[in-house]
Amino acid sequence: MLMAFTLYSLIQTAILCTNAIAVLHEERFLSKIGCGVDQAVGGFGDDPGVKAQILNLIRSVRTVMRVPLIIVNSVSIVLLLLFG
Amino acid sequence: MPMAAGVRTGACSPNTEGDSSPTRTGGATTAAHARDPNMRLRNTSIDGSDGSQLFDDTSGATPASQMGYKNQQAGPESAAYPGQSLLSDPMSNLAMAYGSSLASQGKEMMDKNLDRFIPISKLKYYFAVDTVYVGKKLGLLVFPYMHQNWEVNYQQDTPVAPRFDVNAPDLYIPTMGFITYILVAGLALGTQNRFSPELLGVQASSAFVWLIMEVLAVLLSLYLVTVNTDLTTIDLLAFSGYKYVGMIVGVVSGLLFGKPAYYLSLLWCCAAIFIFMIRTLRLKLLSESAAEGRLVRGARNQLRMYLTMSIAAAQPIFMYWLTCHLIR
Repeated sequence: MLMAFTLYSLIQTAILCTNAIAVLHEERFLSKIGCGVDQAVGGFGDDPGVKAQILNLIRSVRTVMRVPLIIVNSVSIVLLLLFG
Repeated sequence: MPMAAGVRTGACSPNTEGDSSPTRTGGATTAAHARDPNMRLRNTSIDGSDGSQLFDDTSGATPASQMGYKNQQAGPESAAYPGQSLLSDPMSNLAMAYGSSLASQGKEMMDKNLDRFIPISKLKYYFAVDTVYVGKKLGLLVFPYMHQNWEVNYQQDTPVAPRFDVNAPDLYIPTMGFITYILVAGLALGTQNRFSPELLGVQASSAFVWLIMEVLAVLLSLYLVTVNTDLTTIDLLAFSGYKYVGMIVGVVSGLLFGKPAYYLSLLWCCAAIFIFMIRTLRLKLLSESAAEGRLVRGARNQLRMYLTMSIAAAQPIFMYWLTCHLIR
């Protein structure tokens, strides 16, 4: 009934979620939703709104976490191969 | 050489002032006595800065004062102690002095670097509590209906320490509550013959992970709704940790009086923590006018109200989720 969570499963969840955000394709998906690079989201009013905040978050995660995610994924693949 | 060293030990047997005598004997080489005053001074300064000696000298020889140290002609009374022979070796004394100075340097460096990652000074604020505050806060967590003034007092832009203001969040109660919850969970599992020591670790890490996920979810939703608030992450951690008090009350009454008592007390504590969270968060999240109870229209204020409600409603859900498997 109580899932046996460990801190390691939390790390796994974080890695998987960040991967999911990072693999969203620009042309095929994000532009259709309204989150493309060419579509200006920068509303400088004092009320950005929930959708603008989500788009900002997605874009910043993709920009910042691309390279570290490569490293982290490689490390976890190697560890899973070695230790199961 | 051993004989002279033995003389030194005889003269410098442990005194009652807490200085470690073997380091004192470190000054006592058979080399020129002219070096001895310098060595002695260096050793005393190191001893003085250490504060506490590195180990207890339990050789039990007669305590000699500092005057005795100057007397280099004292009889070899404690030359026979076996442990002293290693400690009176001058090289190991030098090494010990050097090692202790290195250890204090390393401790300084670690303290300086640790402060960058975990704000130790800010954490100290959350643990500045006393018994009266803890008593009042526990009463508030279980019965928040009579309390009138929920505002946190400020003192020149910084919140007052929890010791002086019952509304300020602290980390003492959540920490103690978490540990007590794990112990009570172990007790509950033990009464049902389901206990094993690994289960304690599983419970602890599960509850901890749920706590972290809850704090992250609240942080994310606060970011999405762009609330300009002075709630820090540690504040959110403190608020999320207050539900452990209700959980402990529920589980203990369930253990003592059976299942109906568990459900009743859990219901009472869930309602109490719901009201507590709403009244506390209302002042921090909502805008000024909305916090005073007037109905303010507008999508943003509605969103903030929903956010406060959902944070408060998540507490009873977690309370039930984390304790229902303990009472069967």
